Amino acid sequence: MSALLNALPGAISQGMIWGLMAIGVFITFRILNSSDLTVDGSLATGGAVCIMMIRSGINPWVALAAAFGAGLLAGLVTGVLHTKCGIPAILAGILTQLSLYSINLRIMESKANQPVSIDKYDLLVSSRNAGSVSFQNPIVLLLIASIVIIGILYWFFGTEKGASIRATGANAAMARAQGINTAGNTILGFMLANGIVAVSGALLAQYQGSADINMGRGAIVIGLAAVIIGEVLFGKIFKNFALTLLAVVIGAVIYYIVLQAVLMMGLNTNDLKLITAVIVAVFLTIPYIKGKHPGKRAVKGGNGNA
Amino acid sequence: MLELKGICKTFNAGTINEKRALSGLDLTLEDGDFVTVIGGNGAGKSTMLNAIAGTFPVDAGKVILDGEDITKLTEHKRAKYLGRVFQDPMMGTAPTMQIEENLALAARRGQRRGLGWGITEKEREQYRQALAGLGLGLENRLTSKVGLLSGGQRQALTLLMATIRKPKLLLLDEHTAALDPKTAAKVLELSEEIIARDHLTTMMITHNMRDAIKHGNRLIMMNDGHVILDIRGEEKSKLTVADLLAKFSAVSGSEEADDKLLLS
Repeated sequence: MSALLNALPGAISQGMIWGLMAIGVFITFRILNSSDLTVDGSLATGGAVCIMMIRSGINPWVALAAAFGAGLLAGLVTGVLHTKCGIPAILAGILTQLSLYSINLRIMESKANQPVSIDKYDLLVSSRNAGSVSFQNPIVLLLIASIVIIGILYWFFGTEKGASIRATGANAAMARAQGINTAGNTILGFMLANGIVAVSGALLAQYQGSADINMGRGAIVIGLAAVIIGEVLFGKIFKNFALTLLAVVIGAVIYYIVLQAVLMMGLNTNDLKLITAVIVAVFLTIPYIKGKHPGKRAVKGGNGNA
Repeated sequence: MLELKGICKTFNAGTINEKRALSGLDLTLEDGDFVTVIGGNGAGKSTMLNAIAGTFPVDAGKVILDGEDITKLTEHKRAKYLGRVFQDPMMGTAPTMQIEENLALAARRGQRRGLGWGITEKEREQYRQALAGLGLGLENRLTSKVGLLSGGQRQALTLLMATIRKPKLLLLDEHTAALDPKTAAKVLELSEEIIARDHLTTMMITHNMRDAIKHGNRLIMMNDGHVILDIRGEEKSKLTVADLLAKFSAVSGSEEADDKLLLS
Protein backbone atom coordinates (compact mmCIF):
# COMPACT_ATOMS: atom_id res chain seq x y z
CA MET A 1 0.00 0.00 0.00
CA SER A 2 2.77 2.43 0.88
CA ALA A 3 4.46 1.55 -2.39
CA LEU A 4 1.32 2.64 -4.18
CA LEU A 5 1.23 5.88 -2.22
CA ASN A 6 4.83 6.53 -3.19
CA ALA A 7 3.98 5.95 -6.82
CA LEU A 8 0.87 8.10 -6.61
CA PRO A 9 2.41 11.51 -7.46
CA GLY A 10 4.04 10.04 -10.55
CA ALA A 11 0.81 8.41 -11.64
CA ILE A 12 -1.08 11.66 -11.13
CA SER A 13 1.47 13.65 -13.13
CA GLN A 14 1.43 11.19 -16.00
CA GLY A 15 -2.34 11.01 -15.85
CA MET A 16 -2.59 14.79 -16.11
CA ILE A 17 -0.29 14.88 -19.14
CA TRP A 18 -2.38 12.19 -20.81
CA GLY A 19 -5.46 14.09 -19.68
CA LEU A 20 -4.48 16.97 -21.95
CA MET A 21 -4.05 14.47 -24.75
CA ALA A 22 -7.49 13.06 -23.98
CA ILE A 23 -9.00 16.55 -24.29
CA GLY A 24 -7.72 16.51 -27.88
CA VAL A 25 -9.38 13.14 -28.41
CA PHE A 26 -12.58 14.51 -26.85
CA ILE A 27 -12.67 17.31 -29.43
CA THR A 28 -12.67 14.93 -32.40
CA PHE A 29 -14.54 12.02 -30.82
CA ARG A 30 -17.29 13.86 -28.98
CA ILE A 31 -17.51 17.37 -30.42
CA LEU A 32 -16.84 16.58 -34.07
CA ASN A 33 -18.39 13.12 -33.69
CA SER A 34 -15.52 11.69 -35.70
CA SER A 35 -12.53 9.45 -35.09
CA ASP A 36 -9.04 10.80 -35.54
CA LEU A 37 -6.17 8.31 -35.39
CA THR A 38 -3.63 11.01 -36.24
CA VAL A 39 -3.02 11.42 -32.52
CA ASP A 40 -0.79 8.33 -32.28
CA GLY A 41 1.60 10.16 -34.60
CA SER A 42 1.08 13.75 -33.53
CA LEU A 43 1.79 12.93 -29.88
CA ALA A 44 5.27 11.73 -30.86
CA THR A 45 5.66 14.67 -33.23
CA GLY A 46 5.01 17.05 -30.35
CA GLY A 47 7.57 15.23 -28.23
CA ALA A 48 10.15 15.10 -31.03
CA VAL A 49 9.85 18.76 -31.99
CA CYS A 50 10.01 19.93 -28.41
CA ILE A 51 12.96 17.75 -27.35
CA MET A 52 15.06 18.50 -30.43
CA MET A 53 14.51 22.22 -29.94
CA ILE A 54 15.37 22.07 -26.25
CA ARG A 55 18.51 20.09 -27.09
CA SER A 56 19.57 22.84 -29.46
CA GLY A 57 19.27 25.33 -26.63
CA ILE A 58 15.88 26.86 -27.32
CA ASN A 59 13.65 27.94 -24.44
CA PRO A 60 11.30 25.10 -23.40
CA TRP A 61 8.24 27.36 -23.64
CA VAL A 62 9.13 28.27 -27.21
CA ALA A 63 9.70 24.59 -27.92
CA LEU A 64 6.28 23.83 -26.44
CA ALA A 65 4.66 26.41 -28.70
CA ALA A 66 6.46 24.93 -31.70
CA ALA A 67 5.14 21.49 -30.75
CA PHE A 68 1.64 22.96 -30.73
CA GLY A 69 2.26 24.35 -34.21
CA ALA A 70 3.48 20.98 -35.47
CA GLY A 71 0.33 19.38 -34.09
CA LEU A 72 -1.82 21.94 -35.89
CA LEU A 73 -0.11 21.01 -39.14
CA ALA A 74 -0.66 17.29 -38.57
CA GLY A 75 -4.36 17.98 -37.96
CA LEU A 76 -4.49 20.14 -41.06
CA VAL A 77 -3.21 17.28 -43.21
CA THR A 78 -5.76 14.81 -41.82
CA GLY A 79 -8.54 17.38 -42.09
CA VAL A 80 -7.76 18.17 -45.72
CA LEU A 81 -7.43 14.47 -46.61
CA HIS A 82 -10.82 13.85 -45.02
CA THR A 83 -12.86 16.83 -46.19
CA LYS A 84 -11.22 17.84 -49.47
CA CYS A 85 -10.05 14.45 -50.74
CA GLY A 86 -13.08 12.49 -49.54
CA ILE A 87 -11.09 9.96 -47.52
CA PRO A 88 -12.99 8.54 -44.51
CA ALA A 89 -11.81 10.17 -41.28
CA ILE A 90 -10.34 6.99 -39.80
CA LEU A 91 -8.31 6.21 -42.90
CA ALA A 92 -7.19 9.82 -43.30
CA GLY A 93 -5.91 9.69 -39.73
CA ILE A 94 -4.10 6.41 -40.33
CA LEU A 95 -2.39 7.85 -43.43
CA THR A 96 -1.19 10.91 -41.55
CA GLN A 97 -0.12 8.83 -38.58
CA LEU A 98 1.90 6.51 -40.79
CA SER A 99 3.60 9.35 -42.61
CA LEU A 100 4.35 11.02 -39.29
CA TYR A 101 6.42 8.00 -38.29
CA SER A 102 8.89 8.87 -41.06
CA ILE A 103 8.67 12.57 -40.36
CA ASN A 104 9.23 12.06 -36.64
CA LEU A 105 12.37 10.04 -37.38
CA ARG A 106 13.58 12.89 -39.58
CA ILE A 107 12.93 15.35 -36.77
CA MET A 108 14.80 13.10 -34.34
CA GLU A 109 17.74 12.83 -36.72
CA SER A 110 17.02 9.19 -37.53
CA LYS A 111 17.28 8.05 -33.93
CA ALA A 112 14.39 6.19 -32.31
CA ASN A 113 15.12 7.89 -29.02
CA GLN A 114 16.51 11.31 -28.14
CA PRO A 115 17.23 11.96 -24.45
CA VAL A 116 16.97 15.29 -22.71
CA SER A 117 18.36 15.55 -19.20
CA ILE A 118 16.91 17.72 -16.46
CA ASP A 119 20.51 18.25 -15.29
CA LYS A 120 21.46 19.95 -18.52
CA TYR A 121 18.27 21.68 -19.54
CA ASP A 122 15.67 23.72 -17.78
CA LEU A 123 12.70 21.40 -18.39
CA LEU A 124 9.13 22.40 -17.59
CA VAL A 125 8.28 19.05 -16.03
CA SER A 126 10.34 16.06 -15.00
CA SER A 127 9.59 12.74 -13.37
CA ARG A 128 12.62 13.44 -11.18
CA ASN A 129 10.53 15.97 -9.26
CA ALA A 130 7.37 13.86 -9.11
CA GLY A 131 7.79 13.22 -5.39
CA SER A 132 9.13 16.60 -4.35
CA VAL A 133 7.16 18.93 -2.14
CA SER A 134 7.82 22.18 -3.96
CA PHE A 135 6.75 24.22 -6.94
CA GLN A 136 9.13 22.04 -8.94
CA ASN A 137 6.61 19.23 -8.64
CA PRO A 138 5.21 18.67 -12.14
CA ILE A 139 1.67 18.52 -10.73
CA VAL A 140 1.80 22.27 -10.08
CA LEU A 141 2.56 23.24 -13.65
CA LEU A 142 0.26 20.57 -15.07
CA LEU A 143 -2.61 21.76 -12.91
CA ILE A 144 -2.17 25.31 -14.15
CA ALA A 145 -1.80 24.10 -17.76
CA SER A 146 -4.98 22.04 -17.48
CA ILE A 147 -6.97 24.92 -16.05
CA VAL A 148 -5.68 27.34 -18.69
CA ILE A 149 -6.38 24.96 -21.59
CA ILE A 150 -9.85 24.07 -20.28
CA GLY A 151 -10.55 27.77 -19.78
CA ILE A 152 -9.49 28.67 -23.30
CA LEU A 153 -11.52 25.81 -24.81
CA TYR A 154 -14.56 26.74 -22.72
CA TRP A 155 -14.34 30.26 -24.10
CA PHE A 156 -13.62 29.16 -27.65
CA PHE A 157 -16.48 26.66 -27.93
CA GLY A 158 -18.82 29.33 -26.59
CA THR A 159 -17.94 31.74 -29.39
CA GLU A 160 -19.71 31.95 -32.74
CA LYS A 161 -16.83 30.09 -34.36
CA GLY A 162 -16.76 27.41 -31.66
CA ALA A 163 -20.52 26.98 -31.81
CA SER A 164 -20.29 26.40 -35.55
CA ILE A 165 -17.74 23.62 -34.96
CA ARG A 166 -20.10 22.02 -32.45
CA ALA A 167 -22.98 22.31 -34.90
CA THR A 168 -20.83 20.68 -37.58
CA GLY A 169 -20.32 17.67 -35.32
CA ALA A 170 -23.90 17.56 -34.09
CA ASN A 171 -25.65 17.78 -37.47
CA ALA A 172 -23.64 18.60 -40.57
CA ALA A 173 -26.68 18.91 -42.86
CA MET A 174 -28.27 21.42 -40.53
CA ALA A 175 -24.98 23.29 -40.18
CA ARG A 176 -24.67 23.73 -43.94
CA ALA A 177 -28.30 24.83 -44.18
CA GLN A 178 -27.42 27.53 -41.65
CA GLY A 179 -24.51 28.71 -43.76
CA ILE A 180 -21.74 26.94 -41.83
CA ASN A 181 -18.72 25.75 -43.80
CA THR A 182 -18.61 22.22 -42.41
CA ALA A 183 -15.42 21.22 -44.23
CA GLY A 184 -13.52 24.22 -42.89
CA ASN A 185 -14.81 23.66 -39.38
CA THR A 186 -13.91 19.98 -39.43
CA ILE A 187 -10.36 20.87 -40.48
CA LEU A 188 -10.16 23.49 -37.74
CA GLY A 189 -11.38 20.98 -35.15
CA PHE A 190 -8.81 18.38 -36.24
CA MET A 191 -6.07 21.01 -36.08
CA LEU A 192 -7.03 22.16 -32.62
CA ALA A 193 -7.25 18.58 -31.35
CA ASN A 194 -3.85 17.60 -32.69
CA GLY A 195 -2.27 20.82 -31.49
CA ILE A 196 -3.34 19.96 -27.95
CA VAL A 197 -2.20 16.36 -28.38
CA ALA A 198 1.23 17.56 -29.53
CA VAL A 199 1.51 19.83 -26.48
CA SER A 200 0.74 16.78 -24.37
CA GLY A 201 3.45 14.87 -26.24
CA ALA A 202 5.93 17.67 -25.63
CA LEU A 203 5.21 17.61 -21.90
CA LEU A 204 5.32 13.82 -21.79
CA ALA A 205 8.74 13.71 -23.49
CA GLN A 206 10.13 16.24 -21.01
CA TYR A 207 8.57 14.36 -18.12
CA GLN A 208 10.08 11.03 -19.08
CA GLY A 209 13.38 12.62 -20.16
CA SER A 210 13.32 11.62 -23.81
CA ALA A 211 11.40 11.74 -27.04
CA ASP A 212 10.67 8.27 -28.35
CA ILE A 213 9.45 7.29 -31.78
CA ASN A 214 6.96 4.87 -30.21
CA MET A 215 5.68 7.11 -27.44
CA GLY A 216 2.36 7.66 -29.20
CA ARG A 217 1.54 4.06 -29.93
CA GLY A 218 -1.98 3.34 -28.75
CA ALA A 219 -2.47 6.93 -27.61
CA ILE A 220 -5.93 7.09 -29.16
CA VAL A 221 -7.07 4.17 -26.99
CA ILE A 222 -5.71 5.75 -23.81
CA GLY A 223 -7.40 9.00 -24.79
CA LEU A 224 -10.70 7.21 -25.36
CA ALA A 225 -10.33 5.40 -22.05
CA ALA A 226 -9.93 8.73 -20.28
CA VAL A 227 -12.91 10.26 -22.09
CA ILE A 228 -15.09 7.27 -21.25
CA ILE A 229 -13.99 6.93 -17.62
CA GLY A 230 -14.71 10.64 -17.20
CA GLU A 231 -18.16 10.27 -18.72
CA VAL A 232 -19.09 7.15 -16.79
CA LEU A 233 -18.06 8.63 -13.44
CA PHE A 234 -19.05 12.26 -13.87
CA GLY A 235 -21.46 12.35 -16.82
CA LYS A 236 -24.48 12.65 -14.54
CA ILE A 237 -23.15 15.47 -12.36
CA PHE A 238 -20.85 17.47 -14.68
CA LYS A 239 -23.16 19.11 -17.20
CA ASN A 240 -21.18 22.26 -17.81
CA PHE A 241 -18.78 22.10 -20.76
CA ALA A 242 -15.73 23.09 -18.72
CA LEU A 243 -16.56 20.43 -16.14
CA THR A 244 -16.98 17.88 -18.92
CA LEU A 245 -13.41 18.62 -20.01
CA LEU A 246 -12.25 18.45 -16.41
CA ALA A 247 -13.88 15.02 -16.16
CA VAL A 248 -11.73 13.90 -19.10
CA VAL A 249 -8.54 14.94 -17.28
CA ILE A 250 -9.70 13.27 -14.08
CA GLY A 251 -10.54 10.21 -16.15
CA ALA A 252 -6.95 10.04 -17.38
CA VAL A 253 -5.59 10.45 -13.84
CA ILE A 254 -7.81 7.65 -12.59
CA TYR A 255 -6.69 5.51 -15.49
CA TYR A 256 -3.04 5.96 -14.49
CA ILE A 257 -3.68 5.34 -10.81
CA VAL A 258 -5.52 2.11 -11.60
CA LEU A 259 -2.74 1.18 -13.98
CA GLN A 260 -0.16 1.77 -11.29
CA ALA A 261 -2.16 -0.38 -8.88
CA VAL A 262 -2.53 -3.34 -11.22
CA LEU A 263 1.15 -3.14 -12.10
CA MET A 264 2.00 -3.37 -8.45
CA MET A 265 -0.21 -6.38 -8.12
CA GLY A 266 2.35 -8.06 -10.32
CA LEU A 267 0.90 -7.61 -13.75
CA ASN A 268 3.18 -7.69 -16.75
CA THR A 269 3.81 -4.28 -18.37
CA ASN A 270 3.53 -5.89 -21.77
CA ASP A 271 -0.11 -6.74 -21.11
CA LEU A 272 -1.08 -3.13 -20.53
CA LYS A 273 -2.20 -2.33 -24.06
CA LEU A 274 -4.41 -5.41 -24.13
CA ILE A 275 -6.01 -4.49 -20.82
CA THR A 276 -6.58 -0.89 -21.92
CA ALA A 277 -8.16 -1.98 -25.17
CA VAL A 278 -10.47 -4.40 -23.35
CA ILE A 279 -11.53 -1.69 -20.88
CA VAL A 280 -12.34 0.72 -23.70
CA ALA A 281 -14.21 -1.94 -25.67
CA VAL A 282 -16.30 -2.84 -22.62
CA PHE A 283 -17.20 0.76 -21.80
CA LEU A 284 -18.12 1.51 -25.40
CA THR A 285 -20.29 -1.60 -25.46
CA ILE A 286 -22.30 -0.86 -22.32
CA PRO A 287 -24.23 2.16 -23.65
CA TYR A 288 -24.86 0.31 -26.92
CA ILE A 289 -26.29 -2.76 -25.20
CA LYS A 290 -28.34 -0.59 -22.86
CA GLY A 291 -29.78 1.21 -25.87
CA LYS A 292 -30.95 -2.06 -27.37
CA HIS A 293 -32.90 -3.12 -24.32
CA PRO A 294 -36.52 -2.07 -24.29
CA GLY A 295 -37.41 0.42 -21.60
CA LYS A 296 -33.87 1.64 -21.19
CA ARG A 297 -32.92 4.50 -23.41
CA ALA A 298 -29.28 5.17 -23.97
CA VAL A 299 -28.29 8.79 -24.02
CA LYS A 300 -27.15 9.09 -27.59
CA GLY A 301 -23.79 10.69 -27.99
CA GLY A 302 -23.22 10.98 -24.26
CA ASN A 303 -22.13 14.47 -23.37
CA GLY A 304 -21.05 15.23 -26.88
CA ASN A 305 -21.42 18.86 -27.91
CA ALA A 306 -22.45 19.65 -24.40
CA MET B 1 -37.13 36.39 -58.03
CA LEU B 2 -36.10 32.81 -58.68
CA GLU B 3 -35.34 31.44 -62.12
CA LEU B 4 -34.58 27.83 -62.85
CA LYS B 5 -33.36 27.42 -66.40
CA GLY B 6 -33.05 23.99 -67.97
CA ILE B 7 -31.92 22.22 -64.80
CA CYS B 8 -30.83 18.61 -65.36
CA LYS B 9 -29.72 16.17 -62.74
CA THR B 10 -29.06 12.47 -63.10
CA PHE B 11 -28.07 10.40 -60.09
CA ASN B 12 -25.70 7.44 -60.44
CA ALA B 13 -25.10 8.20 -64.09
CA GLY B 14 -23.76 5.27 -66.06
CA THR B 15 -24.74 2.67 -63.50
CA ILE B 16 -27.65 0.29 -63.28
CA ASN B 17 -29.17 2.62 -60.67
CA GLU B 18 -29.14 5.58 -63.03
CA LYS B 19 -32.00 7.91 -62.17
CA ARG B 20 -32.87 10.98 -64.16
CA ALA B 21 -34.35 13.17 -61.46
CA LEU B 22 -34.59 16.50 -63.28
CA SER B 23 -34.81 16.82 -67.02
CA GLY B 24 -34.74 20.38 -68.30
CA LEU B 25 -36.63 21.94 -65.45
CA ASP B 26 -37.75 25.52 -66.09
CA LEU B 27 -39.53 27.58 -63.48
CA THR B 28 -39.83 31.25 -62.61
CA LEU B 29 -41.07 32.53 -59.28
CA GLU B 30 -42.34 36.04 -58.72
CA ASP B 31 -41.56 38.01 -55.61
CA GLY B 32 -43.94 36.94 -52.86
CA ASP B 33 -45.10 33.77 -54.60
CA PHE B 34 -46.18 30.98 -52.28
CA VAL B 35 -45.98 27.92 -54.47
CA THR B 36 -47.20 24.50 -53.43
CA VAL B 37 -45.53 21.60 -55.22
CA ILE B 38 -47.18 18.23 -55.80
CA GLY B 39 -46.28 15.14 -57.79
CA GLY B 40 -45.76 11.41 -57.40
CA ASN B 41 -42.73 9.80 -55.81
CA GLY B 42 -39.68 10.29 -57.96
CA ALA B 43 -41.20 13.24 -59.80
CA GLY B 44 -38.22 15.37 -58.82
CA LYS B 45 -39.80 17.62 -56.18
CA SER B 46 -37.17 17.20 -53.48
CA THR B 47 -34.40 17.12 -56.09
CA MET B 48 -35.60 20.50 -57.33
CA LEU B 49 -35.45 21.98 -53.82
CA ASN B 50 -32.03 20.43 -53.22
CA ALA B 51 -30.78 21.78 -56.55
CA ILE B 52 -31.84 25.24 -55.43
CA ALA B 53 -30.21 24.73 -52.03
CA GLY B 54 -27.01 23.40 -53.59
CA THR B 55 -26.95 20.02 -51.85
CA PHE B 56 -25.34 18.66 -55.03
CA PRO B 57 -24.01 20.24 -58.23
CA VAL B 58 -26.47 20.16 -61.15
CA ASP B 59 -25.49 18.59 -64.49
CA ALA B 60 -26.83 21.45 -66.58
CA GLY B 61 -28.86 24.61 -66.24
CA LYS B 62 -28.81 27.70 -64.11
CA VAL B 63 -30.23 28.73 -60.75
CA ILE B 64 -30.73 32.48 -60.61
CA LEU B 65 -31.89 34.10 -57.41
CA ASP B 66 -32.74 37.79 -57.40
CA GLY B 67 -30.63 38.33 -60.51
CA GLU B 68 -27.60 36.54 -59.08
CA ASP B 69 -26.42 33.32 -60.68
CA ILE B 70 -25.93 30.99 -57.69
CA THR B 71 -25.47 27.77 -59.69
CA LYS B 72 -21.81 27.44 -58.73
CA LEU B 73 -22.14 28.59 -55.13
CA THR B 74 -21.52 25.99 -52.41
CA GLU B 75 -24.40 24.92 -50.21
CA HIS B 76 -23.25 26.87 -47.16
CA LYS B 77 -22.75 30.06 -49.17
CA ARG B 78 -26.25 29.90 -50.65
CA ALA B 79 -27.68 29.36 -47.21
CA LYS B 80 -27.44 33.12 -46.75
CA TYR B 81 -30.46 33.52 -49.02
CA LEU B 82 -32.43 30.42 -48.11
CA GLY B 83 -34.52 29.16 -45.25
CA ARG B 84 -34.99 25.40 -45.27
CA VAL B 85 -37.20 22.97 -43.39
CA PHE B 86 -36.80 19.27 -44.09
CA GLN B 87 -39.14 16.30 -44.02
CA ASP B 88 -37.17 14.60 -41.27
CA PRO B 89 -37.63 16.52 -37.99
CA MET B 90 -34.14 15.29 -36.95
CA MET B 91 -32.49 17.00 -39.87
CA GLY B 92 -33.08 20.67 -39.21
CA THR B 93 -31.67 21.05 -35.71
CA ALA B 94 -28.59 20.11 -33.69
CA PRO B 95 -30.00 17.70 -31.06
CA THR B 96 -27.13 17.99 -28.58
CA MET B 97 -27.25 21.78 -28.52
CA GLN B 98 -29.65 24.00 -26.61
CA ILE B 99 -32.73 25.61 -28.15
CA GLU B 100 -31.18 29.07 -27.83
CA GLU B 101 -27.89 27.86 -29.31
CA ASN B 102 -29.72 26.48 -32.34
CA LEU B 103 -31.52 29.77 -32.80
CA ALA B 104 -28.27 31.71 -32.41
CA LEU B 105 -26.66 29.56 -35.12
CA ALA B 106 -29.58 30.32 -37.42
CA ALA B 107 -29.57 34.03 -36.59
CA ARG B 108 -26.00 34.21 -37.91
CA ARG B 109 -26.79 32.57 -41.22
CA GLY B 110 -24.82 34.28 -43.95
CA GLN B 111 -22.73 36.26 -41.51
CA ARG B 112 -19.10 35.88 -40.57
CA ARG B 113 -18.74 33.78 -37.45
CA GLY B 114 -15.97 35.21 -35.36
CA LEU B 115 -14.75 35.03 -31.79
CA GLY B 116 -17.59 37.02 -30.31
CA TRP B 117 -19.74 35.18 -27.78
CA GLY B 118 -22.08 32.76 -29.54
CA ILE B 119 -25.23 34.21 -28.00
CA THR B 120 -25.96 37.54 -26.35
CA GLU B 121 -28.36 38.50 -23.59
CA LYS B 122 -30.30 40.73 -25.97
CA GLU B 123 -30.78 37.85 -28.39
CA ARG B 124 -32.13 35.66 -25.61
CA GLU B 125 -35.02 38.06 -25.10
CA GLN B 126 -35.75 38.10 -28.83
CA TYR B 127 -35.71 34.33 -28.96
CA ARG B 128 -38.00 34.10 -25.97
CA GLN B 129 -40.53 36.28 -27.74
CA ALA B 130 -40.18 34.48 -31.04
CA LEU B 131 -40.64 31.11 -29.32
CA ALA B 132 -43.67 32.40 -27.44
CA GLY B 133 -45.18 33.13 -30.85
CA LEU B 134 -45.13 29.41 -31.61
CA GLY B 135 -47.46 28.75 -28.70
CA LEU B 136 -45.68 25.55 -27.68
CA GLY B 137 -44.28 26.70 -24.35
CA LEU B 138 -40.72 26.58 -25.65
CA GLU B 139 -40.06 30.12 -24.46
CA ASN B 140 -39.43 28.74 -20.97
CA ARG B 141 -37.04 26.06 -22.19
CA LEU B 142 -34.34 28.13 -23.88
CA THR B 143 -31.53 26.05 -22.42
CA SER B 144 -33.10 22.63 -23.03
CA LYS B 145 -31.33 20.37 -25.47
CA VAL B 146 -33.25 20.15 -28.74
CA GLY B 147 -32.93 16.35 -28.61
CA LEU B 148 -35.52 16.39 -25.82
CA LEU B 149 -38.20 17.97 -28.02
CA SER B 150 -40.94 16.13 -29.90
CA GLY B 151 -40.94 15.95 -33.68
CA GLY B 152 -43.57 18.66 -33.97
CA GLN B 153 -41.73 20.97 -31.61
CA ARG B 154 -38.55 20.42 -33.57
CA GLN B 155 -40.23 21.22 -36.87
CA ALA B 156 -41.72 24.38 -35.40
CA LEU B 157 -38.27 25.33 -34.11
CA THR B 158 -36.69 24.56 -37.50
CA LEU B 159 -39.31 26.76 -39.13
CA LEU B 160 -38.44 29.55 -36.74
CA MET B 161 -34.73 29.02 -37.45
CA ALA B 162 -35.36 29.12 -41.19
CA THR B 163 -37.14 32.46 -40.93
CA ILE B 164 -35.47 34.19 -37.98
CA ARG B 165 -33.18 35.88 -40.49
CA LYS B 166 -35.55 36.73 -43.32
CA PRO B 167 -34.66 34.49 -46.26
CA LYS B 168 -35.13 35.48 -49.90
CA LEU B 169 -36.68 32.10 -50.45
CA LEU B 170 -38.21 29.63 -48.01
CA LEU B 171 -37.98 25.95 -48.99
CA LEU B 172 -40.35 23.57 -47.19
CA ASP B 173 -39.68 19.97 -48.18
CA GLU B 174 -42.74 18.02 -46.99
CA HIS B 175 -42.08 19.50 -43.60
CA THR B 176 -45.28 18.16 -42.06
CA ALA B 177 -45.21 14.67 -43.60
CA ALA B 178 -43.58 12.98 -40.60
CA LEU B 179 -45.95 14.49 -38.03
CA ASP B 180 -49.27 13.27 -36.68
CA PRO B 181 -52.28 14.98 -38.30
CA LYS B 182 -52.94 17.38 -35.44
CA THR B 183 -49.32 18.47 -35.12
CA ALA B 184 -49.00 18.68 -38.89
CA ALA B 185 -51.96 21.06 -39.02
CA LYS B 186 -50.43 23.19 -36.28
CA VAL B 187 -47.04 23.42 -38.00
CA LEU B 188 -48.71 24.22 -41.31
CA GLU B 189 -50.74 26.95 -39.66
CA LEU B 190 -47.57 28.41 -38.18
CA SER B 191 -45.89 28.28 -41.58
CA GLU B 192 -48.82 30.13 -43.15
CA GLU B 193 -48.68 32.78 -40.42
CA ILE B 194 -44.95 33.42 -40.75
CA ILE B 195 -45.04 33.44 -44.56
CA ALA B 196 -47.90 35.96 -44.56
CA ARG B 197 -46.33 38.12 -41.85
CA ASP B 198 -42.91 38.38 -43.51
CA HIS B 199 -44.15 38.21 -47.13
CA LEU B 200 -41.82 35.30 -47.81
CA THR B 201 -41.40 33.84 -51.27
CA THR B 202 -41.99 30.16 -50.56
CA MET B 203 -41.93 26.74 -52.17
CA MET B 204 -43.72 24.02 -50.24
CA ILE B 205 -43.72 20.38 -51.27
CA THR B 206 -46.69 18.42 -50.00
CA HIS B 207 -48.37 15.12 -50.65
CA ASN B 208 -51.63 16.37 -49.29
CA MET B 209 -53.62 17.77 -52.22
CA ARG B 210 -56.06 19.60 -49.98
CA ASP B 211 -53.17 21.46 -48.37
CA ALA B 212 -51.70 22.15 -51.79
CA ILE B 213 -54.96 23.74 -52.90
CA LYS B 214 -55.69 25.54 -49.67
CA HIS B 215 -52.30 27.20 -49.20
CA GLY B 216 -50.40 29.57 -51.43
CA ASN B 217 -51.20 31.54 -54.53
CA ARG B 218 -49.78 29.10 -57.02
CA LEU B 219 -49.63 25.34 -57.48
CA ILE B 220 -47.28 23.34 -59.64
CA MET B 221 -47.38 19.65 -60.40
CA MET B 222 -44.23 17.79 -61.35
CA ASN B 223 -43.72 14.59 -63.26
CA ASP B 224 -40.56 12.97 -64.66
CA GLY B 225 -38.33 15.80 -63.61
CA HIS B 226 -40.19 18.79 -64.91
CA VAL B 227 -43.24 20.93 -64.30
CA ILE B 228 -46.36 19.61 -66.02
CA LEU B 229 -48.92 21.91 -64.51
CA ASP B 230 -48.76 25.47 -63.26
CA ILE B 231 -51.93 27.05 -61.88
CA ARG B 232 -52.17 30.37 -60.15
CA GLY B 233 -54.42 33.03 -58.72
CA GLU B 234 -58.11 32.88 -59.49
CA GLU B 235 -57.92 29.56 -61.24
CA LYS B 236 -56.11 27.97 -58.30
CA SER B 237 -58.64 29.11 -55.75
CA LYS B 238 -61.35 27.23 -57.63
CA LEU B 239 -59.40 23.97 -57.82
CA THR B 240 -60.70 20.75 -56.29
CA VAL B 241 -58.90 17.52 -55.57
CA ALA B 242 -60.90 15.84 -58.34
CA ASP B 243 -59.78 18.52 -60.80
CA LEU B 244 -56.18 17.92 -59.86
CA LEU B 245 -56.43 14.18 -60.34
CA ALA B 246 -58.10 14.66 -63.71
CA LYS B 247 -55.49 17.16 -64.80
CA PHE B 248 -52.72 14.90 -63.68
CA SER B 249 -54.02 12.00 -65.75
CA ALA B 250 -54.58 14.25 -68.75
CA VAL B 251 -51.17 15.88 -68.70
CA SER B 252 -49.13 12.85 -67.81
CA GLY B 253 -51.22 10.66 -70.08
CA SER B 254 -51.33 7.83 -67.62
CA GLU B 255 -54.30 6.25 -65.90
CA GLU B 256 -52.17 4.70 -63.20
CA ALA B 257 -50.98 8.14 -62.30
CA ASP B 258 -54.09 8.69 -60.20
CA ASP B 259 -53.18 5.93 -57.84
CA LYS B 260 -49.54 6.82 -57.84
CA LEU B 261 -50.31 10.35 -56.82
CA LEU B 262 -52.92 9.41 -54.28
CA LEU B 263 -51.01 6.65 -52.61
CA SER B 264 -47.62 8.26 -52.52
